[in-house]
Amino acid sequence: MSDGPAPASALQEFRDNLLAVPGRIVATAFRSGRPVTDRARSSFVFGNVFLHLHAARTHRWSLRWATTAGLGIASVAAFLITLVTGVMLMFYYKPYTDVAYDSIKDIHFVVPTGRFMRNIHRWAANIMVVTVILHMARAFYTAAYRAPREFNWLIGLALLVTTLGLSFTGYLLPWDQLAYWAITIGANIAQSPREVTDAIGITATFDIGGLQRMLLLGSDIVGEEALIRFYLLHVMLLPLVIAALMAVHFWRVRKDGGLTKPADVNARMGPAPSDVYPVFSEMPAKTYHLAAVVKGRSPAVDGGPEQTVPSMPHLFYAELGVTMLTLFVCTALAMVSDAPLKELANPMVPENPAKAPWYFLGLQELVAFSAFMGGIGIPMIVLVGLGLIPYLDREREGTGDWCGGPGGWPLVQRSIAFGFSASLIVETIVIRYGWLREWFPDIPQLVITAVNPGTVITAIYAAYSLWLVRRYNSTRAGALGLFTCFLCGFVVLTVIGTYFRGPNWQFYWSPSDWPGH
Amino acid sequence: MTVKPGTPVSRLDPEQIPRRDALGLLSLWSMATALLFATVGMLRLPKAAVLASPSKKVKVQLPETLADGEPFVPPGRSMAVFRQAGQVYAISTVCTHLGCIVKASAGGFACPCHGSEFEADGTVRKGPAPRPLDWLEVSTSGGALVVNEGATVKPGTKVNV
Ligand code: HEM
Ligand code: FES
Repeated sequence: MSDGPAPASALQEFRDNLLAVPGRIVATAFRSGRPVTDRARSSFVFGNVFLHLHAARTHRWSLRWATTAGLGIASVAAFLITLVTGVMLMFYYKPYTDVAYDSIKDIHFVVPTGRFMRNIHRWAANIMVVTVILHMARAFYTAAYRAPREFNWLIGLALLVTTLGLSFTGYLLPWDQLAYWAITIGANIAQSPREVTDAIGITATFDIGGLQRMLLLGSDIVGEEALIRFYLLHVMLLPLVIAALMAVHFWRVRKDGGLTKPADVNARMGPAPSDVYPVFSEMPAKTYHLAAVVKGRSPAVDGGPEQTVPSMPHLFYAELGVTMLTLFVCTALAMVSDAPLKELANPMVPENPAKAPWYFLGLQELVAFSAFMGGIGIPMIVLVGLGLIPYLDREREGTGDWCGGPGGWPLVQRSIAFGFSASLIVETIVIRYGWLREWFPDIPQLVITAVNPGTVITAIYAAYSLWLVRRYNSTRAGALGLFTCFLCGFVVLTVIGTYFRGPNWQFYWSPSDWPGH
Repeated sequence: MTVKPGTPVSRLDPEQIPRRDALGLLSLWSMATALLFATVGMLRLPKAAVLASPSKKVKVQLPETLADGEPFVPPGRSMAVFRQAGQVYAISTVCTHLGCIVKASAGGFACPCHGSEFEADGTVRKGPAPRPLDWLEVSTSGGALVVNEGATVKPGTKVNV
């Protein structure tokens, strides 16, 4: 109103304001002006509710492909893709046992682009599981969990569990044979603490297993109640949980001082190439006054923004690149490979073999020997072990380097060999000669419950890792060995469960040997 | 370091909680307790009081030609009913391992999911199943056989018909 010559009348002013609306909406959307200058871009990043999860400047080290391989961002991208395609599927999907299967069939065969959306949703979900696991491995191998990032590692584990939960709950929704029997088995794994409470005779008073199954299914059968619960978890509860966890995860990455960097990173990176614009190469003369009260490790407090470049555009280009790549892979896979849909669920005839999604088949391989240890005991041991890593390894050597720490890459190589051999040998014995009940028919049930081939593999790995701690006089060396072994064991069990188990969970060299084929 | 109430340590770390803040603390704690109880109360909701599942009692008509010790599986039911020396008994075909439906034969039961095998009386012969198959309650009502899928009985319980 005050700018320009005074308007002739209120009506005139009204007209001018009206004409100026489009321009003013744009201008007011950008609180600090359009992000055209370097300074305006920085304010744009920390003034925008979504972008301010990034720092305004990013270290050049963090932008190297070899630092992250883009795996965290790929996980976010895959999640966003499942989110969008999932909302699309919700237009037609009906979570009622009498129509659920038909609605998926409609989506697959009738709805325009329905099959494409469904395929992308499936593939993005699978890819998310892969990238999350690989991202965890990268955080582990670069020792990125060390102080001050211990807690963010725990948040990461919660993200891993939620990701698996999302995929498990989604598996039931098509209500086909695959879904029905995978969930039946899953729900009974939740009930398997009964093996223990039965053995010590307290199930009548303390039935934690039964309670878990009941809460999951809302009934004593896999039926309408179960479908509604899984639907609620899948489209509502778990997405909200994972979104909240992600926000905390990213915020912590930023507040913990950006990504992990080796101590001598600045010396290692050398001066920036002259075409990188603009790089801070020296400490500013004055740090922020806030630094006096804010305890912590934001880059400005620790060392000043040397070697940093503006997040906008450098980091954003990298993120967009990874996102586009993820989207490309998902859509390409969705075009060449359809999401499966078996016959309608039939509670009388188990799918044979009844297989869970591939990333649970390693567990299913263990569950085939005893439900409690394979399905609950060992996963809990692995989770607790993973969670303890940052609190036990308080060393400094090798932070930020791949396979950093005592032993290094040669140790990891040897652990790969050890991890594969140990799990393969145990599995070979089991497949060739059977397991406890075949050897000692009168053995107590509690022993069968506790001593799973997985228990043996875990014990071997743990012993190996303790030996490494002594040999290298370093917890990190033990952790490197143990983590590597577990990845190998996971691969071995998953491959056996996926490709070498057929009807009655018997071993077959190839599906063409299955009876009835 | 002990700090007397009312003495500030520095401008940034003000005095420790003096008595007049006790009321504030009290209200905080009562809020926390209320929230806790509300949460516990809400947790009761997902545990259904009445289970939404179809009736468990099944009327069974054994075929005249059923041989002694041969299983009869009523259509759509997960149980096997046997006749032996004029007595009748029923065994659940829900695997005690992870709930797949076992195949019944005269020689015993076999589970397709992880290869558990059971003797003809339901005891475990092979595989990961932790306990024998359940025996189900059989009764007669008005001349018809009724098997209750929801009630288990001691293994070996047979009924005269
Ligand atoms: C939904 C799952 C997850 C998402 C979307 C996610 C996303 C991210 C992103 C975007 C970053 C920034 C750097 C990068 O891209 O690598 C990051 C860093 C990090 N994440 Fe995750 N993450 C997930 C799960 C996990 C898991 C399972 C762990 C480990 C248990 C983990 C541990 C970490 C740690 C320690 C960092 C800091 C790395 C460093 O300082 O160099 N995250 N995460
Ligand atoms: S469910 Fe029968 S053996 Fe696993």
